[in-house]
Amino acid sequence: MNRLGKFLQIDRRWIFLAILIAVLAPFIWPMGLPIVITKPVQDLYNAVDAIPPNGEPLFISIDYSPSTVPELDPMALAILRHAFSKDIRVAVLTLDPAGYGLAERALEAVAAEFGKERHKDYVFLGFQPGISAVVLGMGINIRNVFPEDAYGTPLSEIPMMEGIRNYDQIPLLITLSGTAVVEAWVIYAHQPYDAQIGAGVTAVMATDYYPFLDTGQLVGMLGGMRGAAEYETLIDRHDAGVRGMDSQSVIHILIIVLIVVGNIAYFGSRKRAPETAGGDAAA
Amino acid sequence: MRRHVPLALCFIAGVFMAIQYFIPHPSVQAWYERLLAWLQTLLAFAFLIGTVSLVRLHAHKIGHKVAGRGYSWVLFVGLGLMVGFGFKGRAPGSPFDFMFQNVQVPIEGTMFSLLAFYIASAAFRAFRARTLEATLLLLAATIVMLGRVPVGDLLHRSIPAATDWILNVPNMASKRGIMIGVGLGMMATALKIMLGIERAWMGGTD
Amino acid sequence: MNMTLIGTTLAALLTIAVYSFLYKDNPFYKFAEHLVVGVSAGYYLVIYYYNFIDPTVVSPVFRLRIGGDAILLGGVDWWMALIPGLLGLILYARFFPKIGWVSRWALGIYVGGYSGLGIAPVMQARVLDQIRGGALPVHALHTGQGWTNLLLVVGLLGTLTYFFFSLKHKGVLGGLARIGIVFIMVGFGASFGYTVMSRVSLLIGRMNFLLHDWLRIV
Repeated sequence: MNRLGKFLQIDRRWIFLAILIAVLAPFIWPMGLPIVITKPVQDLYNAVDAIPPNGEPLFISIDYSPSTVPELDPMALAILRHAFSKDIRVAVLTLDPAGYGLAERALEAVAAEFGKERHKDYVFLGFQPGISAVVLGMGINIRNVFPEDAYGTPLSEIPMMEGIRNYDQIPLLITLSGTAVVEAWVIYAHQPYDAQIGAGVTAVMATDYYPFLDTGQLVGMLGGMRGAAEYETLIDRHDAGVRGMDSQSVIHILIIVLIVVGNIAYFGSRKRAPETAGGDAAA
Repeated sequence: MRRHVPLALCFIAGVFMAIQYFIPHPSVQAWYERLLAWLQTLLAFAFLIGTVSLVRLHAHKIGHKVAGRGYSWVLFVGLGLMVGFGFKGRAPGSPFDFMFQNVQVPIEGTMFSLLAFYIASAAFRAFRARTLEATLLLLAATIVMLGRVPVGDLLHRSIPAATDWILNVPNMASKRGIMIGVGLGMMATALKIMLGIERAWMGGTD
Repeated sequence: MNMTLIGTTLAALLTIAVYSFLYKDNPFYKFAEHLVVGVSAGYYLVIYYYNFIDPTVVSPVFRLRIGGDAILLGGVDWWMALIPGLLGLILYARFFPKIGWVSRWALGIYVGGYSGLGIAPVMQARVLDQIRGGALPVHALHTGQGWTNLLLVVGLLGTLTYFFFSLKHKGVLGGLARIGIVFIMVGFGASFGYTVMSRVSLLIGRMNFLLHDWLRIV
């Protein structure tokens, strides 16, 4: 095996170490690179901003689990901060059982930050199983699927939910999800009931939903940590999303370098292989 | 009883749920709402079948003294603690919430973050521009990776513009085609299930 | 006792235990792996029971209450709670080989119901609306938008042709399928770029926790 071939066989733990250094360095020496806002994020921000204060609530469906917290939690916090800063009422629900603890944590933290009052400014509806059944049920009557909030208070006794019957009284519903739950909201809420749906998704899913953005089935979309960073920039905050962008930049460049170097080494080792006796042509 | 009754129930439930979309009559809609609630209940019970299977698997490991059964005890301790704490209370700050926030959230998050290291290793060892298609894929990936981070905006303004073009034109076209294809496939599969042509959900050999 | 500090330290130690796998598989990693499986199973069991099964089935059937309202034993509401509860329990017959076939009755309703539910909305959202979105004017080739539309239409037709296997991909069909694969590869490249971004974000999130929340050095 020639030198390039041996280089390709390098212990992968050296690569792991390079990644570790690449992610840690910007935390210690931040670069503060500016973040440019893209149209899907601006559209979602505008849709939230257009909701009148102290009126019909913004619904946020926190449909993610702990595995996607770094991407979606910053989105949830940013949207909540935006809403509460504009005195927009918020109703939070979740279709993912693990989302229950995450939704509660995010909502209570931001509500306390802004001095918001439960049942007057925000409500946590809790978790309901069934995804499509829940989404369809909300189109008929929210009280069919959420008769009480997460703490047992009937919706009929919650002041901010007075007159909120179904999607006709919901100006915007944002789903934050790392799974196909976003599609369920588009298919079962927007399609039959013309509900206005926005989405915050993991970067893995983001490219799949551009057709929904194009046809207006989604009013706007945040994609991955970059989407969270853009939204934080729009609300003038410097939180986890923005903080992570420097590391993201460095690691992306490292991975591109690894791809290029790997390909150069691969093609280089293949070219040289016939010249050396017993060279490994498959390397 | 074993095959025909389930197939008949599947057909009746499926056809009803499909045609109710077109029948706004109050009695049909009332049964539709009822059946929606039933489906939720069924899903809730079905989800917990996984937990029962998990307990059976690890109980078998312990009972048959399989190597590594000590870890099965760890699993049961975790399960028991959560169920016990859960019965006592689930409010923020409770032991139940403490275990969720400080055990489940960090471990799950960290497990998935391991992928970042493996994707870097794969980038070096496996991502080869051997064919035209692979080259196109890697080129598009490189442009998008640069264009979606702030450093791409700094390097040259054409990079984010190229990224936007890739996302809004070729990516959109191909994903739209895939979406249409998958949608047609979903409907075909749903019809096959309702009509009893697709019977894998029944399992068994009888 | 500062529970926040204890919790953060516990979370940090478990995080490091999982990362130790990068060096090699070891008992600390296995411990964390099995612990999270047990904890999450217990978590889901509690959430499902208290958020849904108790208020929807157990409370109406045994306590004769739905929310704050009393219901009649044998009344319509009682039966509407009991029937789905029994159907749900029937699903567990699968664990008993002699009566396992009974679970198919509940499974039939479940599978059939969800299958039928999606037919019309999926047709509307995934097929008709997307065809409508893809049907673009391609005549204005003197403008940039005209060329963009042409590319979108050609890309869509090419992608659909590539996945059409009922006819051999040769001649015009083969050419269109070839164009389709070009668009598909660019689309997958974009997805791959975003996937890298996604995985890296998860790592950044954990590092942020270790450095900012635990060690407080950034």
